[in-house]
Amino acid sequence: MPVLWLILIIIAITTVGFLLGCSRAQRSVNGNVRALHSLPSYYGINVGIWTAIPAFVILGLWLLIQPVLIESHIQQSVQSIATGKDVTFGLIMSDIRRVADGLELAITEGGMTLDEIQSNDLDIDTLLQTLNSLGVILGTNVSNSVLKSAQEYQKLSAGGNILMSITVLATMITGLGLALVKTNKNFRARISVEYGILAILFFAASIAIMTTIGILFSLAVNTLEFFKLYSAIDFFFGLEWAPSFSGRGGSSSLGVIPLLWGTLYISVIALLVAVPIGIYAAIYLSEYATPKVRAFTKPLLEILAGIPTIVYGLFALLTVGPMLVKVFGNNTVGWMDGGTAVITAGFVMGIMLIPFVSSLSDDIINAVPQTLRDGSYGLGATQSETIQQIVLPAALPGIVGAILLAASRAVGETMIVVLGAGAAARLSLNPFEAMTAVTAKIVSQLTGDSDFASPEVLVAFALGTTLFFLTLGLNVLALYVVRKYREQYE
Amino acid sequence: MTDLSADMPPSFKQKPLTISDQRTRARNAAEKRFRLYGVAAITAGLVFLILLVFSIISNGLPAFKKTVIAIDFKLTTEQFETAEAALLKTRVYSDYFTQTLTHIITNSELNLEINSRSIERIIGKVGGTLRQFYRENRNMLNQPVHFDLPAASRIDRYFKGTFSRDGITKENRFIQVEDLDLVDALAEVGIIQQVFNWQFITGVDTGVDNPGGAGIGAAVLGSFMMMIVVLLLSLPIGVAASIYLQEFAPKNWFTDFIEVNISNLAAVPSIVFGILGLAIFIQFMHLPQSAPLVGGLVLTLMTLPTIIISTRASLRAVPPSIRDAALAVGASKMQAVFHHVLPLAMPGILTGTIIGLAQALGETAPLLLIGMVGFVARYPDSILGGFEGPNSALPAQIFNWASRSDAVFVEKAWGGIIILLIFLLSMNIVAVLLRRRFERRW
Repeated sequence: MPVLWLILIIIAITTVGFLLGCSRAQRSVNGNVRALHSLPSYYGINVGIWTAIPAFVILGLWLLIQPVLIESHIQQSVQSIATGKDVTFGLIMSDIRRVADGLELAITEGGMTLDEIQSNDLDIDTLLQTLNSLGVILGTNVSNSVLKSAQEYQKLSAGGNILMSITVLATMITGLGLALVKTNKNFRARISVEYGILAILFFAASIAIMTTIGILFSLAVNTLEFFKLYSAIDFFFGLEWAPSFSGRGGSSSLGVIPLLWGTLYISVIALLVAVPIGIYAAIYLSEYATPKVRAFTKPLLEILAGIPTIVYGLFALLTVGPMLVKVFGNNTVGWMDGGTAVITAGFVMGIMLIPFVSSLSDDIINAVPQTLRDGSYGLGATQSETIQQIVLPAALPGIVGAILLAASRAVGETMIVVLGAGAAARLSLNPFEAMTAVTAKIVSQLTGDSDFASPEVLVAFALGTTLFFLTLGLNVLALYVVRKYREQYE
Repeated sequence: MTDLSADMPPSFKQKPLTISDQRTRARNAAEKRFRLYGVAAITAGLVFLILLVFSIISNGLPAFKKTVIAIDFKLTTEQFETAEAALLKTRVYSDYFTQTLTHIITNSELNLEINSRSIERIIGKVGGTLRQFYRENRNMLNQPVHFDLPAASRIDRYFKGTFSRDGITKENRFIQVEDLDLVDALAEVGIIQQVFNWQFITGVDTGVDNPGGAGIGAAVLGSFMMMIVVLLLSLPIGVAASIYLQEFAPKNWFTDFIEVNISNLAAVPSIVFGILGLAIFIQFMHLPQSAPLVGGLVLTLMTLPTIIISTRASLRAVPPSIRDAALAVGASKMQAVFHHVLPLAMPGILTGTIIGLAQALGETAPLLLIGMVGFVARYPDSILGGFEGPNSALPAQIFNWASRSDAVFVEKAWGGIIILLIFLLSMNIVAVLLRRRFERRW
């Protein structure tokens, strides 16, 4: 039974359960609702919760666990196929899955019966023909042993699905029955329902934790896998980035230093653009600008933060790059060969970061109490002296925090770097040269057909881990600076 | 006092206050300079914004126009059958079109030298469109039908000003200078004209051989499907999580841990969410690649922190007196929140959600990792199947076009950006209006 149908059945039965619960509660007091502990709808909701939630939980867990169990069962036979061949385990597994899907499709749409699919003398050509007539192309030549495994897979998952439907429906009926039995005038339905809702709210809040665990898990597993194939020391201290996709590892050097260098160089240029402009803009807006100017200018500057990064990427690649080439290119000083360069990406990223720096600094400068300024004016300081010597030092921790957050943003920025910085990994001081960054290489190593067994693909996860901890470190540092050095004005 | 002033240095006594000394002048100059730096910074920011908007509009608007050859064309049944019997069918249709165009030009008032090679060069890919039309509408055979068929992509660029006569050599197979003379003459009598390019808005991606026909419709639909997934998941989950944290969570280490996690996730680079999606949803759970469902899941996880943070802010803005009043008339805590606090906070929550959705709509990097850069040149067959099947997304399609080297695709990429920004702008306007309309000061 397809999962969609199962879900629809659960929803339908839940609705029925709700109505049954309501009417049963009312019948238990012969229509005198005031004798009930809770409002009738709470009895209905209680039945609904007991019908739907356990069934959905079991359905979800089953869908997650069943493929894992089946795959570990199939694994033995796959290992025998994989031995002595130049194909990886993962590729064979995905072949098997594809053929099994094809078998499933042949049953539902191709008019083949289950017996035909599971018979020992089903040959691959018949299957391919049937599927071709359905418009499905399995692609690569499928060997007989893969077909056997796929048959096994299909049998297990079909059996599992039937079992799943039965279990889910049984849980649902049991929950419905139990909740209905409990429904009488003394049952404290509202309290029970509120516990249920609280549990759901708690579950929703803990999704944040699960996301973090998911990120750490997906990074850690694949990074460890990578370090099994490629030495960690060579990765962290390697000065060369030259992945080869021809051979199966061995010949590539995957040092992270050139990529980190590119990332840091681009970020530094971006901050050199964004920090002065951002801070001076914040000072002007909060100290000098009339309310009218402020109401007009601040939202305009903040538009820069709302524009998607792909737009900045295109802007770097097609507008700023060619413009810089015109200024620094071969026709004038000859420093720049192509539009994609560190300075292109850095400059555009700087534009993107201006509102980050300015908005955060603006808030912080506004939070400095007026009494400090008044005291300074009272001593005869000019406005700029007050700002430079009183306001800015008081706001400094917050401003440093804002800059660090902007830096973390710059390090993790992807599209501008992918489009504007170039593709060659280089350790160079020249900002007019094309360099590449960590994020750009994550994209280029992971797009396309990824076979999660080669170091050239897995390295992306190691890069992701590096990036994750780099940005996390910057954020934590920003928080620490703000907390530690913040002046409290009460 | 008089005794004291007698001991003061003479300079303080001598100069009147109305004449500023050198030090005051320097300080006032410094003040002016400082102020100027601020103005310069703001101006720089605004100039960058104007530059950005200008380059988007000037590069993107041409994508909404296309150059067409507008003539009345007649196909006889005989010609139709000949064409359908031929080996290269679309080629035969093209030839018929060339003949008709030649015929029209010779019969017209124009005093032109006709070179049939020129005409072949200036028409775009018309055979396929003509064939499709006549196969579907056989009753239109033998009578004149008005067609707006695309001109060659170089002619299109010539009209948009990105292609000129200068670069054309005698050896160029695709275009010659005399072709452009012919085009100019035809444009004057209205046979060649520029029209609004509906195909760009409704069409699908095309291969590199037909850049002019590429459209963004399928990608818009893909993005729309993703946004539906994001909205359906992130709004309930985000609201539930915020209600828990803001109204019910006990003060303990676990609540703190959740809060730290949320603020951290808000700062994790988007590409890391792409890695998460790739590893968990595709590698581990074997969900289909390039599907709006997976894209929506990844974007949901990414926007959840934003939505939770803004939802909590709007819950916090509801004054405690509302809760107290509800509790005082006998509501349970849950009832106070769901019947009173939540409805009052709803405008703020919706505003935050729309802004979160706008952020998700423009996000590109995670989509690249879950495979939404493939070449998808069709609309999904069914609504539900579309969520699982391969699909494109607006920003991914823009990236895809930008990385092809053809100038026509680059123009399409800018055009796509205009469409993306129109969506973002309208979402933000809705958010602002919502806030204006329902904002309450307590």
